[in-house]
Amino acid sequence: MLANHRFPKLPYALVALGALCLLAGSYLGLFVAPPEHYMGNVQRIMYVHVPTAWNDMLALTFAFFCAVMFLFKSDFKWDARMEAAIEVGILLAFLLCCQGAIWAKPTWGVWWDWDPRLTTTAVLLFAFAGILALRRFVDDPVKRGVWSAVATVIAYVDVPIVYYSVRWWNSLHQVQSSPSTVSSQFYLPLRLNAFGVLFLMTGFIMLRARIASRRLASELAPPPQELEGELV
Amino acid sequence: MITALRKEFLLQWRTRAQAVAVFVFGATALLLFSFAIGPNSAALRQHAAGFLWLGLLLSSTLTLSESFLAEMENRAFEGLLLLPVSPRALYYGKAVANAIQLIVLGIALVPVMVVLYDAGTTEIPMLLLVIALGAAGISAPGTLYSAMTSQARAKQTLLPLLLFPLIVPVLLASVKATSLAILGDPMGQATSWILLLVAFNGIYWSLCGLLFDRVVED
Repeated sequence: MLANHRFPKLPYALVALGALCLLAGSYLGLFVAPPEHYMGNVQRIMYVHVPTAWNDMLALTFAFFCAVMFLFKSDFKWDARMEAAIEVGILLAFLLCCQGAIWAKPTWGVWWDWDPRLTTTAVLLFAFAGILALRRFVDDPVKRGVWSAVATVIAYVDVPIVYYSVRWWNSLHQVQSSPSTVSSQFYLPLRLNAFGVLFLMTGFIMLRARIASRRLASELAPPPQELEGELV
Repeated sequence: MITALRKEFLLQWRTRAQAVAVFVFGATALLLFSFAIGPNSAALRQHAAGFLWLGLLLSSTLTLSESFLAEMENRAFEGLLLLPVSPRALYYGKAVANAIQLIVLGIALVPVMVVLYDAGTTEIPMLLLVIALGAAGISAPGTLYSAMTSQARAKQTLLPLLLFPLIVPVLLASVKATSLAILGDPMGQATSWILLLVAFNGIYWSLCGLLFDRVVED
């Protein structure tokens, strides 16, 4: 059931491919693409910021999907995947907040602004960090899986509500651009980086899920009898 | 469900000293918030709604974390689950009881707010509606999380950690609507905040009821 890996080398290949894409995309973004007319070089952070945001959404959506699958199937494979996806999602959300703050300081003059997307990301970061904390404090693997899956479903449903409530409350963020409004010199590095982060994230989630499933397997398995003699 | 609700009220009536203590805690919090602003009555009035809801939120973690305590002692909860009723009825009984407890607490804290922050309002029905919806919005996910955290280690830390990020929309909408009731609502915005509260309640009262079965099953 657990630790059944058809492609043992695949995550490493994905991480390598992701790193390559990120390097190429960042090179194009930093040295080839022209500076933006109004914001100048500061705008170049967009080449990592936007891909991070897209992929963070993907990672947490995957975590939600895993949570639902675990609640229906009770297969620990989904629990391990959920743990991995939440952890990587939190990492990306944290990066997102940092990049946003770095970009906001020269552009808006403040590190932080109570804009809907920024605030929603922060709320999301804390909500999912709380779920990881819950996982640390529950010893029974079955309860831990079910409870964190329930909490993941609840937290994920909250994301659009937080987004719209903060949007009504206050708004300042950039309007989203689409490829049709952006010149090709801008969107090639953006696309490359988006795939770079995507491959890197997928590789990380797979590796982390492996660790989680091995840990689970050791928790669920009875203690090995034959080892006792060697330990003494 | 009605029986479950009656059981909750009986329990709460027998431990009414706890409710009084929570009220005193909330009032103390309101008093302390005013020290953060200083004796500036205009600023205090401006922030009164926020302070009221933060006070209520902090007090809610006390009542919510206590709410499964009686059942967890002596493993009485397992006995309740053995009864031929759906766990969902237990959840709704508990959640409604928590909501009513919070509503009473909220109503009790309003005079404290009015006196301390000079934040009187004539829109009493509006204020009551906001308190009812906000308290219900806190207790629906709060009761579910309380059922989980009461069985985990570090329960006192976990409940707010899980609950606070989740109810950001409730807090925002309640503070805004209360603030509009106190400071006046020339643009007629209060309705949209009330609708947001209604939507949040609708989603979480149904979702948490669905998920509760899985939380308590063994």
